[in-house]
Amino acid sequence: MELFWYIVLMTMLAVYVILDGYDFGAGIIHLFFAKTEKDKKAITNAIGPFWDANEVWLIAAGGVLFFAFPTLYASSFSGFYLPLIMILWLLIFRAIGLELRGQVHNKMWEAVWDKAFGVASLFLALFFGIALGNVVRGVNLGMVTNGVSAHEAHYFFLPLWNPTFSPQAEHLGIIDWFTLMLGIIGVVSLTIHGANWIIFKTNSDLNSKLKNVIFKLNIVLLALIILSLLVWHLIKPQPFYNFLQYPWLWVFPIIFFIGHLGLFKIKSFKKDGTGFLFSSMFLFGGLASTMASIFPKLLPSTNSTNPDLTIYNMAAHEYGLSVGIYWFVVAIILVVVYFTIQYKVFKGKMDDIGYGEH
Amino acid sequence: MEDMLFYDRMQFAFTITFHYLFPQLTMGLSLMIVYFKWKFLRTHAETYNQAAKFWMKIFALNFAMGVVTGIPMEFQFGTNWAKFSELTGGIIGQTLAMEGMFSFFLESSFLGLFIFGEKLLGHKLHFVTGFLVFLGSWASGFLIIATHSWMQHPVGYEILENGKFVLNNFGALFTNEWLWPSYLHNQAASLVTASFVVAAIGAFYILNNKHHEFGKLFVKTGVIFGFISSILVAFPTGDMTAKNVVKHQPVTFAAMEGLFETVDGGSEIVLIGQPNMIDKTLDNKIAVPNILSFLTYQKWDAEIKGLNEFDESVYPTNIPGLYYAYHIMVGLGTIFIGLMLVAVVQLFRKKLYKTKWILWSLLFMLPFPYIANTTGWYTAELGRQPWLVYNLLRTSEGASPTVSAGNTLFTLLGFIGLYLLLGLLFLMLVGKIINKGPELIKH
Repeated sequence: MELFWYIVLMTMLAVYVILDGYDFGAGIIHLFFAKTEKDKKAITNAIGPFWDANEVWLIAAGGVLFFAFPTLYASSFSGFYLPLIMILWLLIFRAIGLELRGQVHNKMWEAVWDKAFGVASLFLALFFGIALGNVVRGVNLGMVTNGVSAHEAHYFFLPLWNPTFSPQAEHLGIIDWFTLMLGIIGVVSLTIHGANWIIFKTNSDLNSKLKNVIFKLNIVLLALIILSLLVWHLIKPQPFYNFLQYPWLWVFPIIFFIGHLGLFKIKSFKKDGTGFLFSSMFLFGGLASTMASIFPKLLPSTNSTNPDLTIYNMAAHEYGLSVGIYWFVVAIILVVVYFTIQYKVFKGKMDDIGYGEH
Repeated sequence: MEDMLFYDRMQFAFTITFHYLFPQLTMGLSLMIVYFKWKFLRTHAETYNQAAKFWMKIFALNFAMGVVTGIPMEFQFGTNWAKFSELTGGIIGQTLAMEGMFSFFLESSFLGLFIFGEKLLGHKLHFVTGFLVFLGSWASGFLIIATHSWMQHPVGYEILENGKFVLNNFGALFTNEWLWPSYLHNQAASLVTASFVVAAIGAFYILNNKHHEFGKLFVKTGVIFGFISSILVAFPTGDMTAKNVVKHQPVTFAAMEGLFETVDGGSEIVLIGQPNMIDKTLDNKIAVPNILSFLTYQKWDAEIKGLNEFDESVYPTNIPGLYYAYHIMVGLGTIFIGLMLVAVVQLFRKKLYKTKWILWSLLFMLPFPYIANTTGWYTAELGRQPWLVYNLLRTSEGASPTVSAGNTLFTLLGFIGLYLLLGLLFLMLVGKIINKGPELIKH
């Protein structure tokens, strides 16, 4: 039962990253590469009708986390208090940037909300990468000093950083060189992903330039991935343990590398959607590989006093989890229907939908 | 520790109060937009279609505000109320997760279609998308109130040795005695807000000699919806809700009514008066004898327990706050019925659009349904204190153990600043839409 809900939760998070990830990426492209009003329109048209529904995956995944693993929800949301509240503020700025821009026709007004949307997207991509880094690295559960817990075994609180920026310090911070590295990987990956979405959904003049951008960023991404694999064992001594135990898990890294390496051929793709498919593969493969490497842990402990938080010691009670399956199956079928309708209506290129024009 | 709890509570109170300014309009307004669109399909009168479109603009803006201020609500269960989430997540996690899965996806998918899809879909399908948005928003309200009702009147649970609440009867969450009266009361109140807003904008257009045709339509629709919903709020839904409080939270009821002592031969109803917590009495009281006993038990001399019958440890933590919230809500609710009654009478005498004082009253009444809804929720929430889960889990046991007072104060100040900005932007934009008016909007 725990395993079922774990898979549901991880799938929902992966769907969230793939869907809202292209919104963040589009925001980053908007910030750095969109020069003309036409480019900007093309980008906001490409994500306009979707971003709100995409963000719902985060809220729904949060709900499922709350319901299926309430103790983890309590522990991690209070422990990561500061970055989570900042993510909330960034989500608010992203939303109002997108929604308010077109409400007043004034150059300064538009410039302000363009920047709000772009900068918020950039920081969100960075924060989500850093969040993944924190989950991999683990936290000082129970806030142990010299073997003594200051709090209950599954509670903790992290400051934004500690002065050493070291992921091996006893009292960790949210941001250290390891989590920051994953944050940058997050930004680069989602920028590529967002660029692919824009190519897929628009006929903008930007598209040929974006193919170049994707190619170059993909080189950067490859370098970052090699770097991260070289240093990973400093944080996690046996990163491949699960993969050696269950060789079928290699399918995730393989999906990741097909997606990633495939994108080097971006300039010769015949269909505009192919690139998006490949970047979705590397996002999915990358997330799945990372989570598989720490399974069944959900949040590792960095001290030896308190145990890791796993899907087994964090799960809700049996009855609630089983009864939840009934409504969840109904709900997910409905969700698939909604998304099918939505993407059918807004299929193809979106250059002319006039998002945000009132 | 005390500070920490105070800031946690302030942050939740502030963010939820601000948040609920928007859903209370959108839930009711979605029904009225569906009505306008339905009238258009029936009559093919373009006015109705334009009216639907105009209110859709206002709806979309309010909806976006509701979404961005709603996400912090879900987060705060974990960030600031971790212990509460840990202990009860197996139960309230059900209803909150269902809200995400059943209503947020529905609303967000079809809102986009409703706003951008008129040309692509044609009028009939466009109506259907509007209806689905309405359904989603009402489902959302239902699941939130199911969660709220469980906290007020816990059912279908057992408590394990480690203090965790676990569900043992899923169906009980939805047959909870507390749920249906509260839900219908809340939805009727949401319709009150929407109809007063529609009527106020209509009155504004008539008094301003702008968009006359729409002004009349809005006033008429607002007044009819407003009359019906104002009555429904009081009876039967408000009455049933109050009877639940008497039955399950008698100490809360005594505090709401300002009843310090049990009185032999029936209790009076207090119209005005200020709770004096030192002498345990009401100052400057104006009251009508025996009415409270009659309203509560339909017997003039029924005994209603006063605060003196209970131990102070179970007193609501803020008795004057609770008393005022409740009396403001009830007082405003009564005024709403009165005003709408006069307006409906004038409407049927075909004099409404010329009766200036009613139009001015409708216009200036605009903020008050918001106040009534807010104080209604304060009554429910202050009334539940000092408990998070009534009689079972105290608020002081629910806060996050590791988040310090300083961090919460910092984020509370951040929310205050950010929401001030959001509020100003909202007023500016909604003012722009209203000023532009319905006729000029073309698609």
